[in-house]
Amino acid sequence: MDWNTLATALFGADHGISQEGDVLRGNVRFDGNPLTVIGTTNHAPIGVRLALEQARVVLDTVAQHPGRPILLLIDTQGQMLRRRDELLGINRAMAHLGMSIDFARRRGHRVLGLVYDQALSGGFITSGLIADACDALPEAEIRVMRIPAMARVTKISEDRLTELSRSNPVFAPGVENYVAMGGVRRLWTGDLAVALREALASASGEDVRAADGRTRGGRRLAAAVIQRVLDAA
Amino acid sequence: MISFAECSARERLARVFDAATFHEWLPPTERVISPHLEQLGVPSAFDDGVAIGRATLEGHTVFVAAQEGEFMGGGVGEVHGAKLVGLLRRALRDRPAAVLLLAESGGVRLHEANAGLIAVSEVMRAVLDVRAAGIPVVMLIGGANGCFGGMGIVARCADRVVMSDMGRLAMSGPEVIEASQGVEEFDSRDRALVWRTTGGKHRWLSGDCDVLVKDDVAAFRAAAIDALDASRPVSMETLEREHALLARRLRLLPDALDSDEAVALWGLLGVADAARVPDLDVDALRSLRTV
Repeated sequence: MDWNTLATALFGADHGISQEGDVLRGNVRFDGNPLTVIGTTNHAPIGVRLALEQARVVLDTVAQHPGRPILLLIDTQGQMLRRRDELLGINRAMAHLGMSIDFARRRGHRVLGLVYDQALSGGFITSGLIADACDALPEAEIRVMRIPAMARVTKISEDRLTELSRSNPVFAPGVENYVAMGGVRRLWTGDLAVALREALASASGEDVRAADGRTRGGRRLAAAVIQRVLDAA
Repeated sequence: MISFAECSARERLARVFDAATFHEWLPPTERVISPHLEQLGVPSAFDDGVAIGRATLEGHTVFVAAQEGEFMGGGVGEVHGAKLVGLLRRALRDRPAAVLLLAESGGVRLHEANAGLIAVSEVMRAVLDVRAAGIPVVMLIGGANGCFGGMGIVARCADRVVMSDMGRLAMSGPEVIEASQGVEEFDSRDRALVWRTTGGKHRWLSGDCDVLVKDDVAAFRAAAIDALDASRPVSMETLEREHALLARRLRLLPDALDSDEAVALWGLLGVADAARVPDLDVDALRSLRTV
């Protein structure tokens, strides 16, 4: 879904979110309360610059508006694949963004991720996946890597991977699989404003994704292995 | 001198910590293996490529994990990730003196892509929980495969990063960038270029690692002992300082450069005679850092 259509459905036509380059930001009101919105569009690759721009908004929100909820709107093709960004420490910039979001959470900000278009690996792991909860629109797509690149790295043929991605939730890009594995909490269907209201009301700081993955049948071992480590002699 | 890079994960555990004190949780005899690899006809390992447990370090009880780069590049899948998360959650409960992660990983194990991605994010959150509890989390990076992808992010979420000049720390591996953007962008076979971009010397000069050691298990052990009091709680102040450092570095490096970017960046950071850096040994490099 186009970000403006989404923003209009959630916050009305005068939503106040603006796009600058591939970055979205705004201070909106929802149910009468202020909310910080930050995100990306155009399937933006997240490099050092974009990670820092987003971290800036998160840190400013913590400093200037204690407790204000933060909504992360996610649309990314993943991390920027450039030598320059590697030289500049893209992993450190990503960690900084993730730690800023995590810090906001610990300071009592509810932080909610919403994958509204697509989310790939590095761009997702330090945004939605480190929020209190991450939801998605049903038509969104989440994956780690595109199949041709995955075939090169794993040495498994593209045909085989394509076949697996139809039946195996561990490969398939569909958001339903991320829901089944616990990585995405729920899909927003019907009235989007109602979905946001519910999502904000039920965001909690605890990481329950492994337990969700077990309950939902998509990730059967993670929770049990964590428990076995806790119980080991 | 015993090369840290050439040791297996278990040899590192045996040599970095006090002799015969490593007590493993979910050892290979318990056969906790990935459920996903078999489906693909890919061999599995009975420890899923990571050994976790407790040990002592100069008499202090610490929790440790060592990733085995020889098994699927140290990739994080569902079980591998859950072992790390379990270790970190147990640290939160039992409060060891520190958690030490001997990282050697390409990041998410693509053979279990979606589960691996979620697992790495769970590791990140668990690391930050342990740090917030005042227990230092220390990364030791010196394996031949480096520390990449999600584990490269996890590394920079820790209190302290120790690297050897043989170690590499980054996000996307050179092969992945070359495959996606072409050999002109990143020639993964140019080893000197790879090391200038991702290696321990660069990470030391740019401040991305806190301690630079020789490729020697004894040096890693000494750095690990030093790190027992490394707890550095995350605060608004530390995050603002981090932000300023990263923003300054981004501004320093011009968008288009004809000369070598790594050498140029070191020079811009104030390193004297930056062109000599690749030839210098660890001792000589230590004094050159400016950040």
